[in-house]
Amino acid sequence: MRAPSEELPIVFDGVTVAAGPVTILDGISLTLLPGSPTVLIGPNGSGKSTLLRMAMGLLAPTRGRVTWGGRENVPPLKRAIVFQRPAMLRRSAAANIRFALRAASIARAEHARRTSELLELVGLAHLADRAARRLSGGEQQRLALARALARDPAVLFLDEPTASLDPVATKAVEDIIRAVSERNIKVVMATHDLGEARRLAGDIVMLHRGRIVETGASASFFDRPQTAEAKTFLAGELLV
Amino acid sequence: MLQDVTALQLVLSGDPALFAIVRLSLYVSFSAVVLAALIGIPLGAWIALTKFPGRQGVIVMLNALMGLPPVVVGLAVYLTLSRSGPLGAFGLLFTPPAMIIAQTVLVTPIIAALTRQTIEDLWIEYRDELTAMNLGPLGRVAALIWDARFSLVTALLAGFGRAAAEVGAIIIVGGNIEGFTRTMTTAIALETSKGDLPLAVGLGLVLIAIVIAVNALAWTARRAGERLAG
Repeated sequence: MRAPSEELPIVFDGVTVAAGPVTILDGISLTLLPGSPTVLIGPNGSGKSTLLRMAMGLLAPTRGRVTWGGRENVPPLKRAIVFQRPAMLRRSAAANIRFALRAASIARAEHARRTSELLELVGLAHLADRAARRLSGGEQQRLALARALARDPAVLFLDEPTASLDPVATKAVEDIIRAVSERNIKVVMATHDLGEARRLAGDIVMLHRGRIVETGASASFFDRPQTAEAKTFLAGELLV
Repeated sequence: MLQDVTALQLVLSGDPALFAIVRLSLYVSFSAVVLAALIGIPLGAWIALTKFPGRQGVIVMLNALMGLPPVVVGLAVYLTLSRSGPLGAFGLLFTPPAMIIAQTVLVTPIIAALTRQTIEDLWIEYRDELTAMNLGPLGRVAALIWDARFSLVTALLAGFGRAAAEVGAIIIVGGNIEGFTRTMTTAIALETSKGDLPLAVGLGLVLIAIVIAVNALAWTARRAGERLAG
C-alpha cells in the first residue's frame, strides 16, 4: 500500500458549511495526522458525514479551507470513501472491484490478481461471481471496503460502516478496518456507536451541532471526558 | 390468389408474398430501432447528466414527442425527401430507407425520453460512488448505460412496439408499393379496405406473434441478465 505522506496531514482551517440558512459545520479547525484510526463521534445530525465528505474532497467549504499535505484542491486519487449505504453496481462482486481498479487507472494486467487479493482480504472470495446486489448487508459493506481499497488509498474514510449490521457482520467489518489500519492506511471513521469507537479509535473527534466539542486520544477521552457534552454522550444520555 | 384461403392457412403454408411482407416489416422496424437507439440512448444520457439552461423545457418537449402523430411525421419526412425537399436529390421517397427514416424519427424520442429517466434515476443512486472514484464524464456515462442495460431493453421494446405497429408515417413515405415498400401494417390497412380479410387477419396474427416473441425473448434475456448481474 502507498505511504500516506502525500495526502496527510488533512487540515481543516476555520471551515464552515452552510446550506441556505442552515449551518452544517461551524468553524471547524482540525488536523488529521498519519497513524491510528481517527473516529468522529456525535449524535445524528452533528456533521460527521459532512466532515468526511469534505475531507474526501466531495464537498467544498462555504468558508475556510481544507488542505491535503499542505495543498488545496488535490484530486481524490489516493483517498477513498465507503458510504453508509454504499451503492452496489449492477455487476458481480468481482466486477465491482474490477470497475474500481479501472477507475483508478490500475494496469489491466494487475486486475485479476488484485481482485482476488481484495476479495480474499474481505472474506468474499467464494462469492466473487455473485451479483453484488444480491449479497447480504454485511457482505455488501465488505465489498464496498474492498472496492475502496482497490484505489490503493493513503486515506480511507468510512461513514458509519457498521450501521444496521448484526454483531457477526460488525465484527467482520471491524476486523477488516484493523487490517487496513495495520497496512499504514489512515482510517477516518464516523460512528455513533460508542463501543465501536472504543474498540477502533486511536483518536476521537466529538462533534455536536456542527462544532467540535472535544478531541483527544481515545483512552483519555473515554476515561476523562472534559466537556459537558462528552460526559452526557458517554453516559448514554440524550444529547440534544 | 390469396383471397380464397383462410388466415391460418396462409400463415402455415409459408406463402411467399406474405413472408416477403413480414421480412420487409422486420427489416424496417429493427433498422429504425437500431438507429433510434444509437441516437436516443446517448442523447437521453446526456440530458440526464448535464445541467444547461432550458433543460426542464427540453425534458417536457422530449416527453411530449413520445406521442408524435405518425401521419405528421410521415408528412414532414415526405416533404423533406420529396423532389423539391432539402433531401430530394437522394431519391429516397417511396423506398424502404424512407420508411426507416420516418420510423427512426418516431422512435428516437421514445428511447431518448425513457433513457433520460432511467439514467437520471440511476445517477441519483450512483452519484456519490462514481464521484468518489474520480470518474470522468465519459466513464460515468458508460458505467450508467451499462448498469442500466436491462432497463434500457424496456425502452428498446417500447420503441420496437411503436415501430412495428406504425402505419401512418410509412404509408405516406413508402407508398405501400407491392413487393417493394408494403409492410404488414400497410398491407393490413389495404387488404381490409379491399375486403380481403383472410390476408389482413393472417398478417395481423403474424404481427402479434412477432411482437409477443420479441418481448418474450427480451424478457427472458433480461431475467437471465438480472440473475447474473443483480
